[in-house]
Amino acid sequence: MHLDHAHTHNGPSAVSADAHRPDGSRRALRIGLGGPVGSGKTATVAALCRALREELSLAVVTNDIYTREDAEFLLREAVLPPERITAVETGACPHTAIRDDISANLEAVEDLEDEVGPLDLILVESGGDNLTATFSKGLVDAQIFVIDVAGGDDIPRKGGPGVTTADLLVVNKTDLAPYVGSDLARMAADAKAQRAELPVVFQSLRSEPGVRDVADWVRAQLTAWRA
Amino acid sequence: MTAGVRAVARIVARDDGRGGTALPVLDSDGPLALRRTRASGAEARVVVVGAMSGPLGGDHFTVEADVEPGARLRVGSAAATIALPGQSKGEARYDVRLSVADGAELHWLPEQLISARGSDLYVTTRVDVGAGGRLVLREEQVLGRVGEEPGRLTSRLSVRVADRVVLDQELACGPGAPGGWDGPAGLGGHRAVGQLLVVRPEFDETPVTARVLGEHAAVMPLAGPAALVSAVAPDALRLRRLLDEALELLDSVN
Amino acid sequence: MSRAALLVLADGRFPAGGHAHSGGAEEAVKAGRITGAASLEEFCRGRLHTAGLVAASLAAAAAVGVDAVALDAAADARTASPALRVAARKLGRQLMRAARATWPSGELDELARRFPKGAHQPVVLGVAARAAGLGAVEAAYCAAYESVSGPASATVRLLSLDPFDATGVLARLAPTVDLVVDRAVEAGRRVVGGGVEELPAGAAPLLEIGAEVHAAWAVRLFAS
Repeated sequence: MHLDHAHTHNGPSAVSADAHRPDGSRRALRIGLGGPVGSGKTATVAALCRALREELSLAVVTNDIYTREDAEFLLREAVLPPERITAVETGACPHTAIRDDISANLEAVEDLEDEVGPLDLILVESGGDNLTATFSKGLVDAQIFVIDVAGGDDIPRKGGPGVTTADLLVVNKTDLAPYVGSDLARMAADAKAQRAELPVVFQSLRSEPGVRDVADWVRAQLTAWRA
Repeated sequence: MTAGVRAVARIVARDDGRGGTALPVLDSDGPLALRRTRASGAEARVVVVGAMSGPLGGDHFTVEADVEPGARLRVGSAAATIALPGQSKGEARYDVRLSVADGAELHWLPEQLISARGSDLYVTTRVDVGAGGRLVLREEQVLGRVGEEPGRLTSRLSVRVADRVVLDQELACGPGAPGGWDGPAGLGGHRAVGQLLVVRPEFDETPVTARVLGEHAAVMPLAGPAALVSAVAPDALRLRRLLDEALELLDSVN
Repeated sequence: MSRAALLVLADGRFPAGGHAHSGGAEEAVKAGRITGAASLEEFCRGRLHTAGLVAASLAAAAAVGVDAVALDAAADARTASPALRVAARKLGRQLMRAARATWPSGELDELARRFPKGAHQPVVLGVAARAAGLGAVEAAYCAAYESVSGPASATVRLLSLDPFDATGVLARLAPTVDLVVDRAVEAGRRVVGGGVEELPAGAAPLLEIGAEVHAAWAVRLFAS
């Protein structure tokens, strides 16, 4: 006899992106952050942790090319206690670990919920990758794609799955636009053309309001998740 | 074709009730000669002598030691054991059967086993340690005498602590062994390989921390109150140095 | 029995976490023991006859229904390196998840209940093979092939080795894989009457020492 996994919880680990934990409680919302190398994913994660840690129970999973670099950054910055930060080894392919074979990441989020839970939110950060990397729906409930103005103002126009389909597109380092000759208005127009109604946030973490808009978006996701 | 030599040597160590260890059984047999040497405190000491010449192809040697509750025994050997090709074809066998009762202690520290060219030896070492028993066991294999090709050597070590098998591993090397034995996963060209097994009841509470000793040796906590040091080295001398260093380390931290 | 189920289970893209493990190749490459196709082949051959044979035997025994708890303990005893035991259980847990989603089965659920943090991967593989309607031979093939395909594909990434050379290594090892599978299936079946002592116990010293060296690195690409 085969048991119906959608409605029963046999054994300790859920077999998919099931919204409930084995004990029947609702699991944490999982938000993925991807984007090219150096666009500010880790800095955004750090800023989000600082903005949200007083009001939410948070944890972070990093997927680095080299095991612990991003995790070490977050630890140094002391954005969260160390037990709330887990690094996943990706065998040199972060995009495989967040999209094609999500097992190690699922294990990491489950372990975090078991060990430091209950959690409201888990941020899953991908290692710097190219424009095609997206998170599996089996791993995250929503994803943020982070690009920056210094990477070239034609990235929104070029599109690619991250830019086109991410639930939120963040254009980072807007403070650098005058120095690198990036045209923010053009980036906004191109993003609109690629993404239709999907939201875009322009942010600079070096000046006010910093990560505020992204944090507000995360809060809205969480409200919807809990509804 | 002549049949090889069959020899069984036996030791029984027993608490003598006066703070020492008696040896009610100390049976030598043929080439396996056992000598009692001066005791050290509560510990009885035995040396295996005369194993120099064997085992040859077709021989079958067995050494058994039972350390009874509360007894303490240390066994060494006078010289390295050399596996040689024999008159009769076929493999030689060397079986070691050790039991360490609750509250007993055994140090099993023979000299190296040298696998000479053309030899074919199968060694099995089985150890049964009771719940509160303590053990230090060293095994060192040297592939060939200086500048010599090795023979074929297979060695299986299985250790049971409180009726649970904590280690069961077999090392096969030399010509005729399954391929890759000397490659980057196996010995990587090293000619000496050894293991040091330490069983202590306190490891249940405070397991040994895994650590690396240089590039070619590691201290590894097993799934039970035991730790294994595994090492490869270019020669017997450097192997011994690594294992001695590891034992010192285990003694100092635990 | 569906033969195609074997292809699903043995596919390198089966999402069970294997891509992040090098089977010891990362350490061997850094230490200079694997430098190209020839040394990769020797590495794989050594791994196949030791860890590969043990894994294939465990998988075969599990596939014929031998008690998974006894097999898991036997796997522990055959894996001196704690880093390798951790890796085997991680992979076992990940395979358990993928297999339960792919071939729902009461036996897999039971295994997950018994080993919430994962059983040794080959044991899970054998039970997964059963759930997929496969037998001891297929389970042993999966385990034996994985024991060499993992290091081969990792070495392609680590050394930028020509992928055709790496695939050539696997093709040359195929007859040895057949041989190892035969021995593993025989051993796995002997376990039914003779207990887990019947399982092969081959160990490769530098695989185990290397796994500990690798686990001590602060920075690495692969999980093992």
